[in-house]
Amino acid sequence: MTITINHFLILSFLLFSIGFFGVLVRRNFLTVLMSIELMLNAVNINLIAFSRRLSDLTGQVFSVFVITIAAGEAAIGLALTISLFRQRKTLNVEEANIMRG
Amino acid sequence: MGAAEAAGSALLTGAAGWLFVGFAVLILGPAIAVVAAKNPVHSALFLLASFLLVACVFILEEAEFVGAVQILVYAGGIMVLFLFVIMLVHQRTAAGTAAFQHQWDIALLLLPVFMIPFLYILGTEKFADIARNPDAFRAVSGRVVGNTEAVSWLMFRDYLLPFEVASVFLLVAMIGAVVLGKRSFEKVD
Repeated sequence: MTITINHFLILSFLLFSIGFFGVLVRRNFLTVLMSIELMLNAVNINLIAFSRRLSDLTGQVFSVFVITIAAGEAAIGLALTISLFRQRKTLNVEEANIMRG
Repeated sequence: MGAAEAAGSALLTGAAGWLFVGFAVLILGPAIAVVAAKNPVHSALFLLASFLLVACVFILEEAEFVGAVQILVYAGGIMVLFLFVIMLVHQRTAAGTAAFQHQWDIALLLLPVFMIPFLYILGTEKFADIARNPDAFRAVSGRVVGNTEAVSWLMFRDYLLPFEVASVFLLVAMIGAVVLGKRSFEKVD
């Protein structure tokens, strides 16, 4: 079995699509956050794969930065989750609609 | 796999290729389960499995440092935070309400729409599949060192400013999380 860059792109595309689908359709705020993490991971797979093909370490450095951003985003998102739960006693994103236009 | 491979061939062949296929299937299965599972605890555990297998793919791609960071930060940090918050809010498991929003079928229809440009690029673009300089991952100015040292040389020499910005970002995120998590907010309804 010979793996080309296209296989990595397909894996990354599928993982990103699953995460995107989760962000669009899930009602639970926590599951939406987890889907965002899936999407960030898909991007990391692409960075690492191209980094090796191009013999350039920059991709690895930037995937470390992406992991950093993911950690910060998870911390803020979970703080928002707790804040939402305190005020509304729910995690349903459809009920967080004070600012509806 | 590795640097000793003959030039002109793809990077992952033979057993390593099958290993990649196995990892890919094992990544996508739990990823689907993350989105499909009703209980957030199950979602978190499936996400953990998916992260660990993505780390395996990183190590297969000779990015050992990023694989280790993935395990430490995601499996060790973020997932513990997720599980902690899930236990903290302790939602009554959604027995009556549906887990999915009602427009999930439209969202599923969007997938082929996004697939068209992707398949177009995949069909027309020819990406190089051979590492021109296989030693670049573990060499610093000619000396062969480890992957971690090579990455840190690049990070602290060429990307020092983004590194500092990332640390400021983490500080801002920490302060923001503390402020958002404080109890003293008034109830708004």
